[in-house]
Amino acid sequence: MIQTTLWLAQRVTAAVLAVCVFVHLATIIYAVQGGLTAAEILGRTRGNAAWLAFYSVFVVAAAIHAPIGLRPVLGEWLRWRGPSRELALGLFAMILLFLGMRAVLAVFA
Amino acid sequence: MATTFTMRVFRGGPEAGDFKEYRVEGGEGMVVLDVIHRIQATQAQDLACRWNCKAGKCGSCSAEINGKPRLMCMTRMDTFKEGEPISVAPIRTFPIIRDLVTDMREFFDKWARAQGQFKGARTKADDFERVVPESPERKAVDAGIECIGCAVCYSACHVVAANPAYLGPAALNRAWTLVKDTRETKNPERLRAVAGDAGCHACHTHMDCTERCPKRLSPTAAIAGLKRATARAALKGDL
Repeated sequence: MIQTTLWLAQRVTAAVLAVCVFVHLATIIYAVQGGLTAAEILGRTRGNAAWLAFYSVFVVAAAIHAPIGLRPVLGEWLRWRGPSRELALGLFAMILLFLGMRAVLAVFA
Repeated sequence: MATTFTMRVFRGGPEAGDFKEYRVEGGEGMVVLDVIHRIQATQAQDLACRWNCKAGKCGSCSAEINGKPRLMCMTRMDTFKEGEPISVAPIRTFPIIRDLVTDMREFFDKWARAQGQFKGARTKADDFERVVPESPERKAVDAGIECIGCAVCYSACHVVAANPAYLGPAALNRAWTLVKDTRETKNPERLRAVAGDAGCHACHTHMDCTERCPKRLSPTAAIAGLKRATARAALKGDL
């Protein structure tokens, strides 16, 4: 049951990430092409709730997706299975979530 | 037209072994199994190999031919370059018993672990149950039912090599044909048996199994079907 749920979560977050990465890259290219300065970018992101919502979804999806993908890599390449692996991956998810949200909030607030 | 084949055949047991070279006179239309039989008849009567039908039906004569898992009876000698040495080794991932014969218990035990046995509701006293050949369920069964249990897919699978508990493409393909069988009664247990790290969710969709299957089946498609079926069952709380 838990592995089927993880599989589902990874597929759903993959679909979310596909959209997020596309929007993210398009935004970067637009910002660079338009010659926006850092101050101008921050001027648009600060206090922008839509921007905050979009990048929060992006971070949460990445924090779920990456550890699930890493799980079989650890199992098959390092023969690391069992509760210690799950704990380490849970920690990895928390680190991704923390670092990601810290960056998002730094650009929002 | 007579020609001479250079064969490098694995000789040995579980502890030690090596390739031994044999030069065999052969002709048109021969397959690797013919050449192995000729070696047995003329040069090495004690060469052990498993075979039965020589027609790609029984799944007994799988071997590693030039580094790739294949059926010896379905591999024609004219597919190799003239004069090219051809290596024949026991199929990978299984313990060697002797020469080309391996212990395949694990492979068939995994079929049982994947709940590969049919369990219907009717008894012999009942009439036949109708299965509509054109129904999507039966078509899905048809796509995977011709498996001969040769273990070529299992031997080709990278996940089997990395994760010994993995049930493997053949057992999962078998489970899928039963999941789609409208007469089957044991599917909730079967889906539980094939979900998880040793089951369908371990598949990386490399498609090595599909590429190598001598019956041109697609265990990859069957495993994808199991992933969908287990996901649906999990969402309904049936898993």
